[in-house]
Amino acid sequence: MYIIIVGGGGVGYYLAKALLEEGHEILILEQNRTLCETINDELGGICTRGDGCEVATLVQAGTSRADMFVAVTGEDQHNLVACQLAKHKFKVPRTIARIKIPKNAGLFKKLGIDITINGTDVILEHITESVPTHPLTHLMEIPGEGLEVVEIRLPAGSLSIGKAVKDLSLPAGSMLSLIIRKDQKPIIPVPTTVLMAGDQIIAVTSAESEAAIRAALKVK
Amino acid sequence: MKKVVIMGCGRTGSWLANLLDAAGHSVTVMDVETYSFRRLLPDFKGKAVIGNGIEQEALKKAGIEQAEIFIAVTQGDNRNIMAAQIAKHIFNVPRVICRIYDPLRQEIYQTLGLETISPTTIFAEMLKKWVEE
Repeated sequence: MYIIIVGGGGVGYYLAKALLEEGHEILILEQNRTLCETINDELGGICTRGDGCEVATLVQAGTSRADMFVAVTGEDQHNLVACQLAKHKFKVPRTIARIKIPKNAGLFKKLGIDITINGTDVILEHITESVPTHPLTHLMEIPGEGLEVVEIRLPAGSLSIGKAVKDLSLPAGSMLSLIIRKDQKPIIPVPTTVLMAGDQIIAVTSAESEAAIRAALKVK
Repeated sequence: MKKVVIMGCGRTGSWLANLLDAAGHSVTVMDVETYSFRRLLPDFKGKAVIGNGIEQEALKKAGIEQAEIFIAVTQGDNRNIMAAQIAKHIFNVPRVICRIYDPLRQEIYQTLGLETISPTTIFAEMLKKWVEE
Protein backbone atom coordinates (compact mmCIF):
# COMPACT_ATOMS: atom_id res chain seq x y z
CA MET A 1 0.00 0.00 0.00
CA TYR A 2 1.06 3.59 -0.58
CA ILE A 3 0.66 5.47 2.70
CA ILE A 4 1.25 9.19 3.21
CA ILE A 5 2.01 10.40 6.72
CA VAL A 6 1.73 14.09 7.58
CA GLY A 7 3.95 15.01 10.52
CA GLY A 8 7.40 13.63 11.18
CA GLY A 9 7.49 14.01 14.96
CA GLY A 10 7.67 11.09 17.35
CA VAL A 11 4.37 9.52 16.27
CA GLY A 12 5.03 9.92 12.54
CA TYR A 13 8.55 8.58 12.82
CA TYR A 14 7.71 5.37 14.65
CA LEU A 15 4.58 4.82 12.59
CA ALA A 16 6.62 5.09 9.39
CA LYS A 17 9.23 2.73 10.78
CA ALA A 18 6.62 0.11 11.67
CA LEU A 19 4.83 0.41 8.33
CA LEU A 20 8.10 0.19 6.38
CA GLU A 21 8.87 -3.05 8.16
CA GLU A 22 5.52 -4.37 6.94
CA GLY A 23 6.64 -3.60 3.40
CA HIS A 24 4.49 -0.56 2.62
CA GLU A 25 5.51 2.38 0.48
CA ILE A 26 5.75 5.37 2.82
CA LEU A 27 6.06 9.09 2.33
CA ILE A 28 6.31 11.52 5.24
CA LEU A 29 5.53 15.20 4.79
CA GLU A 30 7.26 17.35 7.39
CA GLN A 31 7.96 21.08 7.41
CA ASN A 32 10.84 21.11 9.86
CA ARG A 33 14.15 20.65 8.09
CA THR A 34 16.02 19.03 10.98
CA LEU A 35 13.28 16.46 11.54
CA CYS A 36 13.18 15.78 7.82
CA GLU A 37 16.93 15.21 7.61
CA THR A 38 16.96 12.91 10.63
CA ILE A 39 14.20 10.77 9.14
CA ASN A 40 15.95 10.54 5.79
CA ASP A 41 19.25 9.62 7.44
CA GLU A 42 17.70 6.94 9.57
CA LEU A 43 14.88 5.49 7.51
CA GLY A 44 16.05 6.17 3.96
CA GLY A 45 14.81 8.98 1.72
CA ILE A 46 11.13 8.78 2.64
CA CYS A 47 10.59 12.30 3.96
CA THR A 48 9.74 15.30 1.81
CA ARG A 49 9.91 18.76 3.27
CA GLY A 50 6.56 20.42 2.88
CA ASP A 51 3.21 21.42 4.32
CA GLY A 52 0.67 18.60 4.23
CA CYS A 53 -2.13 21.16 4.05
CA GLU A 54 -0.84 22.73 0.83
CA VAL A 55 -2.49 21.42 -2.31
CA ALA A 56 0.73 21.80 -4.33
CA THR A 57 2.67 19.66 -1.86
CA LEU A 58 -0.03 17.02 -1.91
CA VAL A 59 -0.03 16.93 -5.71
CA GLN A 60 3.73 16.47 -5.69
CA ALA A 61 3.40 13.67 -3.15
CA GLY A 62 1.10 11.78 -5.49
CA THR A 63 -1.76 11.90 -3.02
CA SER A 64 -4.33 10.80 -5.58
CA ARG A 65 -2.73 7.36 -5.77
CA ALA A 66 -2.39 6.96 -2.00
CA ASP A 67 -4.31 4.10 -0.39
CA MET A 68 -4.14 5.63 3.03
CA PHE A 69 -3.51 9.09 4.43
CA VAL A 70 -2.51 9.56 8.06
CA ALA A 71 -2.20 12.98 9.71
CA VAL A 72 -0.31 12.89 13.02
CA THR A 73 0.95 16.41 13.64
CA GLY A 74 0.52 17.80 17.14
CA GLU A 75 -2.27 20.17 16.12
CA ASP A 76 -5.88 19.12 15.54
CA GLN A 77 -6.58 21.81 12.98
CA HIS A 78 -3.68 20.75 10.75
CA ASN A 79 -4.67 17.10 10.93
CA LEU A 80 -8.27 17.96 10.10
CA VAL A 81 -7.46 20.10 7.07
CA ALA A 82 -4.83 17.69 5.70
CA CYS A 83 -7.29 14.79 5.92
CA GLN A 84 -10.16 16.79 4.43
CA LEU A 85 -8.01 17.74 1.46
CA ALA A 86 -6.88 14.13 1.02
CA LYS A 87 -10.47 12.93 1.22
CA HIS A 88 -12.31 15.49 -0.87
CA LYS A 89 -9.71 16.77 -3.30
CA PHE A 90 -7.64 13.62 -3.84
CA LYS A 91 -10.25 10.94 -3.06
CA VAL A 92 -7.99 8.93 -0.76
CA PRO A 93 -10.11 5.97 0.38
CA ARG A 94 -8.90 5.88 3.98
CA THR A 95 -7.99 8.91 6.08
CA ILE A 96 -6.84 8.76 9.67
CA ALA A 97 -6.33 11.74 11.96
CA ARG A 98 -4.71 12.05 15.33
CA ILE A 99 -6.64 14.37 17.62
CA LYS A 100 -5.76 16.01 20.89
CA ILE A 101 -8.98 17.67 21.96
CA PRO A 102 -11.26 14.71 22.81
CA LYS A 103 -14.48 16.64 22.17
CA ASN A 104 -13.60 17.14 18.51
CA ALA A 105 -13.84 13.47 17.57
CA GLY A 106 -17.49 13.95 16.59
CA LEU A 107 -16.64 16.84 14.29
CA PHE A 108 -13.96 14.85 12.47
CA LYS A 109 -16.42 11.98 11.92
CA LYS A 110 -19.09 14.36 10.66
CA LEU A 111 -16.64 15.88 8.21
CA GLY A 112 -15.81 12.53 6.67
CA ILE A 113 -12.52 11.58 8.32
CA ASP A 114 -12.62 7.77 8.47
CA ILE A 115 -10.78 7.17 11.72
CA THR A 116 -9.67 9.39 14.58
CA ILE A 117 -7.10 8.38 17.13
CA ASN A 118 -7.40 10.32 20.30
CA GLY A 119 -4.04 10.24 22.01
CA THR A 120 -5.30 12.16 25.00
CA ASP A 121 -8.10 9.65 25.61
CA VAL A 122 -5.78 6.67 25.23
CA ILE A 123 -3.40 8.06 27.82
CA LEU A 124 -6.22 9.13 30.14
CA GLU A 125 -7.87 5.71 29.96
CA HIS A 126 -4.66 3.92 30.75
CA ILE A 127 -4.02 6.10 33.74
CA THR A 128 -7.58 6.18 35.09
CA GLU A 129 -7.83 2.44 34.60
CA SER A 130 -5.00 2.03 37.09
CA VAL A 131 -6.84 4.09 39.69
CA PRO A 132 -8.59 1.41 41.78
CA THR A 133 -11.70 3.49 42.42
CA HIS A 134 -12.34 4.24 38.75
CA PRO A 135 -15.71 2.63 38.03
CA LEU A 136 -15.92 2.69 34.22
CA THR A 137 -13.25 2.00 31.63
CA HIS A 138 -13.62 2.10 27.86
CA LEU A 139 -12.26 -1.09 26.38
CA MET A 140 -13.03 -0.59 22.72
CA GLU A 141 -15.23 1.17 20.24
CA ILE A 142 -17.21 -0.76 17.65
CA PRO A 143 -16.64 1.24 14.48
CA GLY A 144 -19.70 2.37 12.56
CA GLU A 145 -22.31 1.22 15.05
CA GLY A 146 -21.81 3.93 17.66
CA LEU A 147 -21.36 1.22 20.26
CA GLU A 148 -18.61 0.68 22.75
CA VAL A 149 -17.47 -2.04 25.08
CA VAL A 150 -16.92 -0.85 28.64
CA GLU A 151 -15.82 -2.39 31.87
CA ILE A 152 -17.66 -1.45 35.04
CA ARG A 153 -16.48 -2.42 38.48
CA LEU A 154 -19.15 -2.69 41.15
CA PRO A 155 -17.75 -1.02 44.24
CA ALA A 156 -18.77 -2.19 47.68
CA GLY A 157 -21.76 -0.11 48.70
CA SER A 158 -23.34 0.08 45.27
CA LEU A 159 -27.11 -0.21 45.59
CA SER A 160 -27.27 -2.74 42.77
CA ILE A 161 -25.42 -5.37 44.79
CA GLY A 162 -27.82 -8.25 45.49
CA LYS A 163 -30.09 -7.23 42.62
CA ALA A 164 -30.87 -9.49 39.66
CA VAL A 165 -29.98 -8.30 36.17
CA LYS A 166 -33.67 -8.18 35.19
CA ASP A 167 -34.38 -5.70 38.01
CA LEU A 168 -31.85 -3.15 36.82
CA SER A 169 -33.24 -0.37 34.66
CA LEU A 170 -30.63 -0.60 31.95
CA PRO A 171 -30.86 1.91 29.10
CA ALA A 172 -32.29 0.56 25.83
CA GLY A 173 -29.64 -0.99 23.65
CA SER A 174 -27.24 -1.62 26.52
CA MET A 175 -26.37 -5.14 27.50
CA LEU A 176 -24.31 -6.78 30.21
CA SER A 177 -22.28 -9.38 28.36
CA LEU A 178 -19.93 -10.88 30.88
CA ILE A 179 -19.33 -10.87 34.61
CA ILE A 180 -15.89 -11.61 35.96
CA ARG A 181 -15.75 -12.62 39.62
CA LYS A 182 -12.69 -13.23 41.71
CA ASP A 183 -11.58 -16.88 41.68
CA GLN A 184 -14.45 -17.94 39.44
CA LYS A 185 -15.03 -18.71 35.79
CA PRO A 186 -16.46 -15.75 33.88
CA ILE A 187 -20.27 -15.78 33.91
CA ILE A 188 -22.54 -14.90 31.00
CA PRO A 189 -25.29 -13.00 32.81
CA VAL A 190 -28.90 -14.16 32.48
CA PRO A 191 -31.91 -12.16 33.77
CA THR A 192 -31.76 -13.94 37.13
CA THR A 193 -28.04 -13.46 37.72
CA VAL A 194 -27.51 -11.58 40.98
CA LEU A 195 -24.77 -8.98 41.13
CA MET A 196 -22.10 -9.08 43.81
CA ALA A 197 -19.69 -6.55 45.22
CA GLY A 198 -16.44 -6.46 43.30
CA ASP A 199 -18.01 -7.79 40.07
CA GLN A 200 -16.21 -6.77 36.96
CA ILE A 201 -18.91 -6.31 34.34
CA ILE A 202 -18.19 -6.14 30.63
CA ALA A 203 -21.04 -4.32 28.90
CA VAL A 204 -21.95 -3.16 25.42
CA THR A 205 -23.51 0.28 25.31
CA SER A 206 -23.91 3.32 23.10
CA ALA A 207 -21.73 6.28 23.93
CA GLU A 208 -24.82 8.33 24.87
CA SER A 209 -26.08 5.71 27.32
CA GLU A 210 -22.88 5.62 29.30
CA ALA A 211 -24.23 7.83 32.08
CA ALA A 212 -27.53 5.88 32.12
CA ILE A 213 -25.81 2.53 32.52
CA ARG A 214 -23.76 3.90 35.38
CA ALA A 215 -26.92 5.18 36.99
CA ALA A 216 -28.66 1.81 36.50
CA LEU A 217 -25.79 0.05 38.24
CA LYS A 218 -25.67 2.72 40.95
CA VAL A 219 -22.06 3.39 40.17
CA LYS A 220 -20.97 6.99 40.63
CA MET B 1 -28.88 44.36 15.79
CA LYS B 2 -26.98 41.12 15.13
CA LYS B 3 -25.26 38.82 17.60
CA VAL B 4 -21.78 38.29 16.26
CA VAL B 5 -18.87 36.19 17.53
CA ILE B 6 -15.47 37.06 16.08
CA MET B 7 -12.57 34.67 16.57
CA GLY B 8 -9.18 36.40 16.47
CA CYS B 9 -8.57 39.90 17.78
CA GLY B 10 -5.76 40.80 15.42
CA ARG B 11 -5.84 43.77 13.05
CA THR B 12 -8.84 42.53 11.10
CA GLY B 13 -10.75 41.04 14.01
CA SER B 14 -10.37 44.07 16.26
CA TRP B 15 -11.10 46.53 13.46
CA LEU B 16 -14.27 44.64 12.59
CA ALA B 17 -15.26 44.32 16.27
CA ASN B 18 -14.90 48.08 16.76
CA LEU B 19 -16.90 48.84 13.62
CA LEU B 20 -19.74 46.47 14.44
CA ASP B 21 -19.86 47.59 18.06
CA ALA B 22 -20.07 51.25 17.02
CA ALA B 23 -22.90 50.31 14.64
CA GLY B 24 -24.86 48.91 17.57
CA HIS B 25 -24.38 45.16 17.12
CA SER B 26 -23.78 42.75 19.97
CA VAL B 27 -20.16 41.68 19.55
CA THR B 28 -18.04 39.07 21.32
CA VAL B 29 -14.44 38.81 20.26
CA MET B 30 -12.21 35.89 21.22
CA ASP B 31 -8.46 35.52 21.25
CA VAL B 32 -5.91 33.24 22.89
CA GLU B 33 -3.99 36.22 24.24
CA THR B 34 -5.29 39.02 26.48
CA TYR B 35 -2.69 41.32 24.95
CA SER B 36 -4.60 41.25 21.65
CA PHE B 37 -7.55 43.01 23.26
CA ARG B 38 -5.48 46.21 23.51
CA ARG B 39 -6.65 46.83 19.95
CA LEU B 40 -10.25 47.28 21.07
CA LEU B 41 -11.30 50.92 21.47
CA PRO B 42 -11.74 52.24 25.04
CA ASP B 43 -15.48 52.64 24.49
CA PHE B 44 -15.94 49.10 23.09
CA LYS B 45 -19.15 47.82 24.66
CA GLY B 46 -18.93 44.20 23.50
CA LYS B 47 -17.33 41.24 25.26
CA ALA B 48 -13.73 40.10 25.00
CA VAL B 49 -13.25 36.42 25.85
CA ILE B 50 -10.01 34.51 26.22
CA GLY B 51 -10.12 31.15 24.50
CA ASN B 52 -9.17 28.96 21.60
CA GLY B 53 -11.90 28.74 18.98
CA ILE B 54 -11.11 25.15 18.06
CA GLU B 55 -12.31 24.13 21.52
CA GLN B 56 -16.06 23.75 21.86
CA GLU B 57 -16.03 24.82 25.50
CA ALA B 58 -14.33 28.09 24.63
CA LEU B 59 -16.85 28.77 21.86
CA LYS B 60 -19.71 28.14 24.30
CA LYS B 61 -18.17 30.63 26.72
CA ALA B 62 -18.14 33.16 23.92
CA GLY B 63 -21.86 32.60 23.42
CA ILE B 64 -21.70 30.66 20.16
CA GLU B 65 -25.07 29.01 20.94
CA GLN B 66 -26.85 32.35 20.67
CA ALA B 67 -24.73 33.76 17.84
CA GLU B 68 -26.28 34.60 14.49
CA ILE B 69 -22.95 35.13 12.78
CA PHE B 70 -19.52 33.60 13.42
CA ILE B 71 -16.44 35.06 11.78
CA ALA B 72 -13.05 33.33 11.93
CA VAL B 73 -10.13 35.70 11.32
CA THR B 74 -7.09 34.36 13.19
CA GLN B 75 -3.70 34.20 11.50
CA GLY B 76 -3.98 30.46 10.88
CA ASP B 77 -5.97 29.23 7.89
CA ASN B 78 -6.42 25.79 9.39
CA ARG B 79 -7.48 27.16 12.75
CA ASN B 80 -10.11 29.32 11.00
CA ILE B 81 -11.29 26.38 8.93
CA MET B 82 -11.66 24.11 11.92
CA ALA B 83 -13.41 26.69 14.12
CA ALA B 84 -15.76 27.65 11.28
CA GLN B 85 -16.72 24.02 10.75
CA ILE B 86 -17.36 23.56 14.48
CA ALA B 87 -19.59 26.66 14.45
CA LYS B 88 -21.46 25.44 11.38
CA HIS B 89 -21.77 21.71 12.02
CA ILE B 90 -21.79 21.40 15.81
CA PHE B 91 -23.46 24.65 16.90
CA ASN B 92 -25.52 25.27 13.75
CA VAL B 93 -24.72 28.98 13.65
CA PRO B 94 -26.89 30.41 10.82
CA ARG B 95 -24.04 32.25 9.10
CA VAL B 96 -20.38 31.36 9.30
CA ILE B 97 -17.61 33.23 7.52
CA CYS B 98 -14.04 32.01 7.35
CA ARG B 99 -10.90 33.80 6.22
CA ILE B 100 -8.46 31.59 4.29
CA TYR B 101 -5.29 33.19 2.94
CA ASP B 102 -4.38 30.23 0.73
CA PRO B 103 -6.43 30.60 -2.49
CA LEU B 104 -6.42 26.86 -3.24
CA ARG B 105 -7.68 25.90 0.18
CA GLN B 106 -10.25 28.69 -0.04
CA GLU B 107 -11.59 27.31 -3.30
CA ILE B 108 -11.88 23.77 -1.92
CA TYR B 109 -13.67 24.79 1.27
CA GLN B 110 -16.00 27.04 -0.71
CA THR B 111 -17.07 23.98 -2.72
CA LEU B 112 -17.44 22.06 0.56
CA GLY B 113 -20.10 24.55 1.59
CA LEU B 114 -18.17 26.95 3.80
CA GLU B 115 -18.54 30.69 3.22
CA THR B 116 -14.91 31.70 2.70
CA ILE B 117 -12.97 34.85 1.89
CA SER B 118 -9.40 34.95 0.64
CA PRO B 119 -7.79 38.38 1.17
CA THR B 120 -4.95 37.15 -1.03
CA THR B 121 -7.04 36.82 -4.18
CA ILE B 122 -9.09 39.95 -3.48
CA PHE B 123 -6.02 42.11 -2.93
CA ALA B 124 -4.17 40.59 -5.89
CA GLU B 125 -7.14 41.28 -8.16
CA MET B 126 -7.27 44.88 -6.92
CA LEU B 127 -3.58 45.38 -7.62
CA LYS B 128 -3.91 43.79 -11.04
CA LYS B 129 -6.69 46.24 -11.93
CA TRP B 130 -4.59 49.10 -10.68
CA VAL B 131 -1.61 47.94 -12.78
CA GLU B 132 -3.74 47.65 -15.90
CA GLU B 133 -5.47 51.01 -15.54
